Amino acid sequence: MLVFIEKENKTVECNASSGKELLAKLNINPSTVLLVKNSDVILDEEPLSETDQIKILSVISGG
Amino acid sequence: MQCTKCDNHAVYRLSDQLYCKDHFCRYFENKVYKTIKKFSLFRPDDKIAVASSGGKDSLALLYTVMLYTNKYNIPFFALAVDEGIAGYRDSSLDDLKFFCSQFDIKYHIVSFQDKINTTLDNIKDKGISLNKKPCTVCGIFRRTLLNRAARELGATKLATGHNLDDEAQSLLMNTMKGNMSHNAALGPVTGLSSTKGFVQRVKPLYFMLEKETRLYAFIKNFKVDFNECPNISLSFRAGVRDILNNMESTSPGTKNGIVNSFLEILPLLKEKYRNEKPFSFCERCNDPCSGKICNACQMEDLLCLKVN
Repeated sequence: MLVFIEKENKTVECNASSGKELLAKLNINPSTVLLVKNSDVILDEEPLSETDQIKILSVISGG
Repeated sequence: MQCTKCDNHAVYRLSDQLYCKDHFCRYFENKVYKTIKKFSLFRPDDKIAVASSGGKDSLALLYTVMLYTNKYNIPFFALAVDEGIAGYRDSSLDDLKFFCSQFDIKYHIVSFQDKINTTLDNIKDKGISLNKKPCTVCGIFRRTLLNRAARELGATKLATGHNLDDEAQSLLMNTMKGNMSHNAALGPVTGLSSTKGFVQRVKPLYFMLEKETRLYAFIKNFKVDFNECPNISLSFRAGVRDILNNMESTSPGTKNGIVNSFLEILPLLKEKYRNEKPFSFCERCNDPCSGKICNACQMEDLLCLKVN
């Protein structure tokens, strides 16, 4: 599936069966991001499929 | 997965409780209101300056303060500082202006350029060469300008968007550096309301995780620029932030535990350091400070700034 990583402003291809697994594969700390699946926020434990469009939004901003 | 309270899709988990968008927003707002009431952050006769950068925390703060103050008819306005950080602050101030026009909120912007005749971008290298990190230089001037502007605009409280993550980071940073007296100056309310020239600071988002404010801003569809300040990687805070986020991930509730433990000993710290740093007024600018010359005037001297 295509995964947009906001902090790095890039899209990567990565498949995973859940949000949790996806974040682990990308080495991203779940405390620091929100997961958006097809424009809706989802829980980390939610299942994912190959056709999903995922955005990983950074929680940390500002100074 | 479903919300624990209704059939809607869950967007947030807090231990065993699952929240849909609506129930999460209610949880968020109620927790902010509870903080305001529990620590008496606002009084009916207050005029609130809301320190706003245009980032997610300050827009979540402005919005919840607006909801709360409308209920109790307390006047408020947004107050921003333009430090002069190219490619970062300009866009967040645009977001702030858009937000304020959307909700008909009055705003004021004070700039480093107007007040200290320069920008952070112009002085940061000099600061680094003198062993002062950009965040230290920025923080000193920003705090001073916010206090002065809030005072001049007649505010009785200055609400800031500090959240649970910020507070846990500050506590850990001060502890690691052995600056326990600085911790005595933290908490949901800082400074003395009776001190002439000092606008008391309050933190309505004190118990909200940074992740929660981002989620709230996302659900409310606030137009927010999520860029990080380009200077953050140079700060001690960034390292502490990473340590805490790693701990929070493996032991959820870590940040909450740190801040709540601190609140239990805060009265003792305040008592211990009450007379250590007597309050006075800067001999140069007459702002309240804890020595002869305030930090902002000392920094102006160090950086050889020519201030109006």
